[in-house]
Amino acid sequence: MTGLRVIAGGLQTTVQDFGRPHVQHLGIPASGAMDRTALRLANRLVGNDEAAAALEIRVLGPTLEVTADSARVALTGSRTPLEIVGEGTVADHRSVCLTRGQRLRVPALGDGALAYLAVEGGFDLPPVYDSLATFGRAGLGGLAGRALAEGDDLPLALASVESRVEQALAKPDYLDQSGPIRVVLGPQDDFFTAESLARFWASDFTVSSAVDRMGMRLDGPAFDHRGGHDIVSDGIALGAIQVPGNGQPIILLADHQTTGGYPKVGTVIGADIGRLSRLRPGAELAFEEVSVTEGEAAARTAEGEVQALFRRIAPAGAALDLARLADSNLISGVVSATPGDDGLSSAPLGR
Amino acid sequence: MTDAFAAPQFLAAGDGAMVVQFGAVIDPAVNARVTALAEALRGAAIDGVIDLVPTFRSLMIHYDPLRVGHMALRDHVTAGLSVSGTRAARRRAWMVPCCYEGDHAPDLAAVAAGTGLSPAEVVARHTAASLDVYMMGFMPGFPYMAKLPPELQVPRLDSPRVRVPIRSVSIAAEICVVYALETPGGLSLIGRTPVPFFDLGRAPPVLMESGDQVRFEAISPADYDLLEGDYAAHRKTLDYTWVDVA
Repeated sequence: MTGLRVIAGGLQTTVQDFGRPHVQHLGIPASGAMDRTALRLANRLVGNDEAAAALEIRVLGPTLEVTADSARVALTGSRTPLEIVGEGTVADHRSVCLTRGQRLRVPALGDGALAYLAVEGGFDLPPVYDSLATFGRAGLGGLAGRALAEGDDLPLALASVESRVEQALAKPDYLDQSGPIRVVLGPQDDFFTAESLARFWASDFTVSSAVDRMGMRLDGPAFDHRGGHDIVSDGIALGAIQVPGNGQPIILLADHQTTGGYPKVGTVIGADIGRLSRLRPGAELAFEEVSVTEGEAAARTAEGEVQALFRRIAPAGAALDLARLADSNLISGVVSATPGDDGLSSAPLGR
Repeated sequence: MTDAFAAPQFLAAGDGAMVVQFGAVIDPAVNARVTALAEALRGAAIDGVIDLVPTFRSLMIHYDPLRVGHMALRDHVTAGLSVSGTRAARRRAWMVPCCYEGDHAPDLAAVAAGTGLSPAEVVARHTAASLDVYMMGFMPGFPYMAKLPPELQVPRLDSPRVRVPIRSVSIAAEICVVYALETPGGLSLIGRTPVPFFDLGRAPPVLMESGDQVRFEAISPADYDLLEGDYAAHRKTLDYTWVDVA
């Protein structure tokens, strides 16, 4: 079996695609990539269907050795260059072709919590309910239903890739989105006092250290329940802001349970889930109320912005792969000769 | 708050989901309306609808806001409600083997003490109950079945277990749940089934769906051991029968 050998797994590296949102009625969480824009971009850069599975990386990335003849990869979701161990770095948001024996390392992310590494052709793994997404708590999907670990072999669909012009996105400005996180009230906003709701819109919150693929606990002013804090279980949507008895809100993310018995004061709109998911513990955030109609309009605007990003993907320069460049010592802005020198991300890439 | 709403309530759950709520309680009539609407909407195959998640008292519609919107879905629901009451339906009916003895039933004595019944009477009432799957959740393959008879109802445990053995059959209030996976849990464990409710080695992995009808039958520890091996090795599958409902 050839593909990628896991030398170090990183903090939590999982296979993710668009998930299984169509089987939540069986109790199966949707899962899938937390930042869909970054996943789609990574796939586009390596020439995949944008819904293909890629590696989702959390805070500290993996080290992987190419055991296929060659493999084309691209890193997105963060402005963190990809390190080619012992050789140099390759800019993020740029495809690069590696050959057997080369090792890539995704270092500690310098900005957000998430990055995505797509591989041309994707992974040769069995789908569960039509998806390769990893859902660790039930051990399903991905590679053996869990995060990558040292010694794993991640099988690729392609044993080798063709040489061709590499692709790059010059300015990944989707990472610069700012402003309050937009929220539609409900379904159970009537469980909370008016004072609580006013405080929610007016206050700054901090991402606590309790954050994972399932949800994000916030530090900030607590909600006051008007009456009880239990409801007869109902459905849970991505982005639901659930408030248990202690009044501290938890935003439910990609691996959220399908149903639950706590009231949900509001729901973060889909357009803001990606940037919310990128926030690290300690980050500050505030919220803004929007209507359902405004949320649906924001979804269309966000999709237009993603399509504009796709249109800006352009050839990255010479159609030479990294190994040949290194061998011929052509430092043409594709790889730097000195390990640790971030020559690539500052060099012109034929944009 | 009334038990069942005269007209369903539409609640927003962001720009990718909405809730159609028929009541605020666990009630057969309320759940029947949820199930009927889910079937009507599934039959309508509305473009942009990603999934329909029935729960005890509401239906969550997950949708793609690039293809369909909240207001258009309300119209679809209204149309679905007009047909959902008139259709005859079929339900899958399961007979689930369950061992109510020894280590498989760690809370049976406490449930007996709490209800004033003998352990044998608890088992007799549980196996006599005709249960409906009101909801699948919150993790893969967990059926939430109701309603247990009043004399079998006990509160949740004061202190939840950190680890509930997989395939435990549990009760709390009017609900019976099978732990399809090993998870923490706060329900009383009165038995254990050898049948996997979530099995990645089987197609499909999830055994039950909302709307299914379920009864339990008592088996001996020896039969449990035999069947557990057969199901684990996929030498045996649990079959259902179809029943017509009005």
